[in-house]
Amino acid sequence: MTFEIEAKEMTKKERRQIPKQQMPEQDAHIRNKDFSEVTLGYSLRDAQYEAARCIQCKDPACVKGCPVGIDIPGFLEMIVNEDRAGAIHRVWESTALPAVCGRVCPQEIQCEEVCVVGLKKGKEPVGIGNLEMYIADWARKNEVVNDIKIAPSTGKKIAVVGSGPAGITVAGDLAIKGHEVTIYEAFHKAGGVLLYGIPEFRLAKDIVDYEIEQLKALGVKIVCNTVVGRTVDVDELIEEYGYNAVFIGVGAGLPNFLNIKGEDLNGVFSANEYLTRANLMKAFDFPNYDTPIIPGKNVAILGAGNVAMDSARTAVRLGAKKVTIVYRRTREQSPSRDIEIHHADEEGVEFKFLTSPLEFIGDASGKLVGINCEKMVLGEPDEGGRSRPIATGEHEYIDCDLAIIAIGTSANPLLTKTTKNLELNQWGNIEADKKTGKTTKKGVWAGGDITLGQATVILAMGMGRDSANSIDAYLKGEEEW
Amino acid sequence: MYKIVKREELAHGTIILNEIEAPQIAKKAKPGQFVILVVNETGERIPLTMAEVDKERGTITIIYMIVGKSTKLFSTLQVGDGYKDVVGPLGEPTHIENFGTVVCVGGGTGTAVLHPITRGMHEAGNKVISIIGSRTKDYLIMEEQMAKVSDEVRICTDDGSKGRHGFVTEELEEILKAQKVDLVVAIGPVPMMKFVSLLTKKYDTPTMVSLNPIMIDGTGMCGGCRVTIGGKTKFACVDGPEFDGHQVDYDGLMRRLQAYTVEEQHSEDCMFEKEA
Repeated sequence: MTFEIEAKEMTKKERRQIPKQQMPEQDAHIRNKDFSEVTLGYSLRDAQYEAARCIQCKDPACVKGCPVGIDIPGFLEMIVNEDRAGAIHRVWESTALPAVCGRVCPQEIQCEEVCVVGLKKGKEPVGIGNLEMYIADWARKNEVVNDIKIAPSTGKKIAVVGSGPAGITVAGDLAIKGHEVTIYEAFHKAGGVLLYGIPEFRLAKDIVDYEIEQLKALGVKIVCNTVVGRTVDVDELIEEYGYNAVFIGVGAGLPNFLNIKGEDLNGVFSANEYLTRANLMKAFDFPNYDTPIIPGKNVAILGAGNVAMDSARTAVRLGAKKVTIVYRRTREQSPSRDIEIHHADEEGVEFKFLTSPLEFIGDASGKLVGINCEKMVLGEPDEGGRSRPIATGEHEYIDCDLAIIAIGTSANPLLTKTTKNLELNQWGNIEADKKTGKTTKKGVWAGGDITLGQATVILAMGMGRDSANSIDAYLKGEEEW
Repeated sequence: MYKIVKREELAHGTIILNEIEAPQIAKKAKPGQFVILVVNETGERIPLTMAEVDKERGTITIIYMIVGKSTKLFSTLQVGDGYKDVVGPLGEPTHIENFGTVVCVGGGTGTAVLHPITRGMHEAGNKVISIIGSRTKDYLIMEEQMAKVSDEVRICTDDGSKGRHGFVTEELEEILKAQKVDLVVAIGPVPMMKFVSLLTKKYDTPTMVSLNPIMIDGTGMCGGCRVTIGGKTKFACVDGPEFDGHQVDYDGLMRRLQAYTVEEQHSEDCMFEKEA
């Protein structure tokens, strides 16, 4: 839709008439053959009209809905007025990773869910995520440098364990506050789940690399190939390396398995392994990259969360003839974002709901050939209002030569079991104060999935922000332990 | 970069030794633990158990057989060159104590991994008998080093060119028949560990083996290295790499090791084509 007048010249009434500006995307039948990004990004005019849909609430609910409290109406109005440098700096005040958040945050259950514009029947909320992506991409392409002032050196040293969203946020925040920050990463490259987990077509890896470079520009040191708990432990970081504080953001890295027969057959993968091969190790470009991946002609994905969708869409791009999501509950109960299911659907992924795997079947050489499943029905809602799937006894056999288990991850005990005085909950997650991120071990904070279980990028960032504030206050003597 | 400070060719150049600068790893490493190495920007992550650690020099030593594309690339590195990445020490260290009499059985490059464990067992006061096996005498490695840390070393070759003409299991059975053995440590090719375990089961002798399945991260994240131990799934990278030899599903391990045979061959072929 084109307009006769510029967005910034519109009256409030006219602004309310602007329809939602759709995010341009690559055609599903073209994009499902390569790994380039699905979303193409707004043009300036798209962005201005979309931003002009914001009615500039006096008490904006969207800001409260954002785990890091970005001044959303503020940066949107700057986009309308074409003050893009102003807009990106406004965003940077609250998040170090706007290009990432714009792409992977579940805005529909955060800022956009509470957007007043979308509350009216038949109206869609302002595309806040799309606009965040727009302004971050503009800044990156135009090499706009964050001119934020770094506070004078405090002489305090902080070790951040893990370079995922929580660690990146803590490191950036504390560097700006004048502390000397070093990130320790177990893998050979920094970025954590943004690198090994989220596929290229949803978050291009040069964006992650760029964000890491921004962090280095703030003075943050990054040390890869360091498994804290093995190469060095937390007590050594404090006692021998002389760190004044340690933040643990190692994520929830341990893949859950189904614990059914045949799980060790060749062709059965955890989503973690499958995605790490494809993303971090770039197996999609085998043999130019040395790490192989089994391509799979007929692929079954077990589970229906975001990671399941990522795995399914990766399998499609690696050339599978048929990819099926197998889930024991219904589509409505899937923990995945609607947009992810929608994209998977568009790219040709099939869905088999109310189907639960019983056993992997292999041939004589130990290769997967299929899965025995059982059909389920939804029972009466339980106390929490959620209907449980109930087995019917009716079996169904699914042909497949590749199965990817995407039923969630748990806390990795590698660090926690080698760290004294660090209390864990019953699932092995670190007990950390909800407001400050403080653990039971003095001088040690934690945040992200290692404390929450499996959650989202933005929640990890929100916790990172809280921990950074608490660490800063503690190191300045403003806060007791 | 992790610099190579010493390089040796063993067994007619089929096996390579690299001593690598990695002070942080050397400081922490214990017998039985492994590292993961990446040769260059496009390289894969290859796990190898450390053969030697020099805490003073800040170095670790790996010994590998040239078998595929990655080890071929490794073998091109000379002194002064280096690996892009080395991470470790990974896995649980060997449980070393005074058990009494320990028989250490090594096959192929497994002997290199066995060496620091043998030394540990010897230093802990055990009577140590070592058995080293190889195809021919030319492919024997670590004989002298093993002799220094064992009370007795016995050699087996497939062709009889040195020591017993036969398998390590035959030599081991002779020992088990003659005396009480408290522990057998077997490290080598999967079939060797399998048959050693079958034998020691017969004699009810506790047996420890070290497994080297395909893995990516080495920290428990991918689950690619899962092995079945006593009917339960374990991760070799964090629960192992050493396990009770009597509980290991060796056939399952063999199958999983062959998961990428086609891809590995393709990768090597492409490398040759490029070179040609």
